[in-house]
Amino acid sequence: MTSSAKSPWILHYNASSCNGCDIEILAALTPMYDVERFGIVNTGNPAHADIFVVTGGVNEQNKEVLKNLYEQIPAPKVVVAVGICASSGGVFRDCYNVSGGIDTVIPVDVYVPGCSVRPEALIEGIVKAIGILEEKRADMEDKK
Amino acid sequence: MTDRRTIIPFGPQHPVLPEPIHLDLAVEDEHVVEAIPSIGYVHRGLESLVPTRDYQDFVFIAERICGICSFTHSSTYCQGIEAMMGVEIPERARYLRTLWGEYSRIHSHLLWLGLFADALGFESLFYAAWKLRESILNDLEKTTGGRVIQSVCKVGGVRRDIPEDTLSSMAFRLDALEDELQELTTVFLGDYTMKKRLCGKGILGKEQAYLLGAVGPVARGSGIPFDVRMTDYLAYQDIGFKPVVSDGCDGYARCEVRCKELFQSVELIRRLISDMPEGEAAVTVKGNPDGEYFSRSEQPRGEVIHYLRGNGTKNLVQFRVRTPTLTNVPALVEMLKGCDLADVPQIVLTIDPCIGCMER
Repeated sequence: MTSSAKSPWILHYNASSCNGCDIEILAALTPMYDVERFGIVNTGNPAHADIFVVTGGVNEQNKEVLKNLYEQIPAPKVVVAVGICASSGGVFRDCYNVSGGIDTVIPVDVYVPGCSVRPEALIEGIVKAIGILEEKRADMEDKK
Repeated sequence: MTDRRTIIPFGPQHPVLPEPIHLDLAVEDEHVVEAIPSIGYVHRGLESLVPTRDYQDFVFIAERICGICSFTHSSTYCQGIEAMMGVEIPERARYLRTLWGEYSRIHSHLLWLGLFADALGFESLFYAAWKLRESILNDLEKTTGGRVIQSVCKVGGVRRDIPEDTLSSMAFRLDALEDELQELTTVFLGDYTMKKRLCGKGILGKEQAYLLGAVGPVARGSGIPFDVRMTDYLAYQDIGFKPVVSDGCDGYARCEVRCKELFQSVELIRRLISDMPEGEAAVTVKGNPDGEYFSRSEQPRGEVIHYLRGNGTKNLVQFRVRTPTLTNVPALVEMLKGCDLADVPQIVLTIDPCIGCMER
């Protein structure tokens, strides 16, 4: 187990979400759920992040920002789509401006459903993401 | 002399911003001369969905305009439809809506206090505020089934009733909550660092606030005694209401208004629980809305307006929302003029921006 699996840092971005999932992500970081005890830290800098946590259905203006952030995260990286909007567009799927899910723009590894997502579900999603992060790292080292 | 002006981009992704908004800050040395906001990162265009959804189903979408003030959005929407159709909701439903509205105000203000402390780098205070907020969310979850999106409002009343014993246990917990709020807000209003970062920062005069159309705690922090709860809507006239106003006109005044509103909401909840009328929680609604209506209510961030127009079919023809953050952005631009670059994050946060609402 490497340091990034013991202490994965997350980058959170709101890609056209209603806020409901975003405040639940923050709630997961605060004393009631306290994911920091697992070494998970919320960072504002993509270059420091291992796990990219994205909420919302991605509108036209956000596509470029999302791609940019994804490219700035160093490999190996894992993307977690949080909430039903990030997974498929949710209730906003039919809106003219919504592309319908994060996977229309960047590759997604873990989908966490819910509207809004519950902190427990979110924590499970992040734990799954840590497993995938480890696999990706092992793959990279094999190729060296 | 050459132009010393530099443009610094702020956002859409930034450590202090939980949501995407972009500001171009024109600075001369360390002073902000001008701030140019650009928005649209969260625009989903949900107002355009009304022709494709049943007016009763649209409550769920109206609620998802914003995840923080979700309850207020659904009750404002339902209130508008009910007024168009001439539906009189039961007294108990009116009280319950007011009760949940006040609970979501406490949750929203605590959320803001936490985020604000985090923006100042006061991390333990952020955790303290959010820990307190969880007790509010527990009560909301127990009574509605949802933590942040409650889906409890419907056209004609509310979906769930609160049993008497749950109401009395909620009232019982208010005393402990009040003590903890007292402890928390003392730090926000009395701490030396907080005062240093807030007093005299982000000034918005009374006249300017009025002219720029500021609403909610931003207007009340600039001495304008305006609150939609003063008008006759929901149960506020029955239980009595007086707005919290501060004349400070700066960031501290806005923080003070929100802190005092926490206690006011606790007091309102007490009165609501003790005066709660007996009876049904909803009436059956038949037919379709016809006509138009401007529905107003007071969100945690200020006045929200839902404009609804129907033509007697099951789908509305038009739906427009004007949210408090949008009207507070011109005030924010005014506050940022002349401030130091280092003060920008906390001045942006003093308007309690909710971009999800603003862009819909």
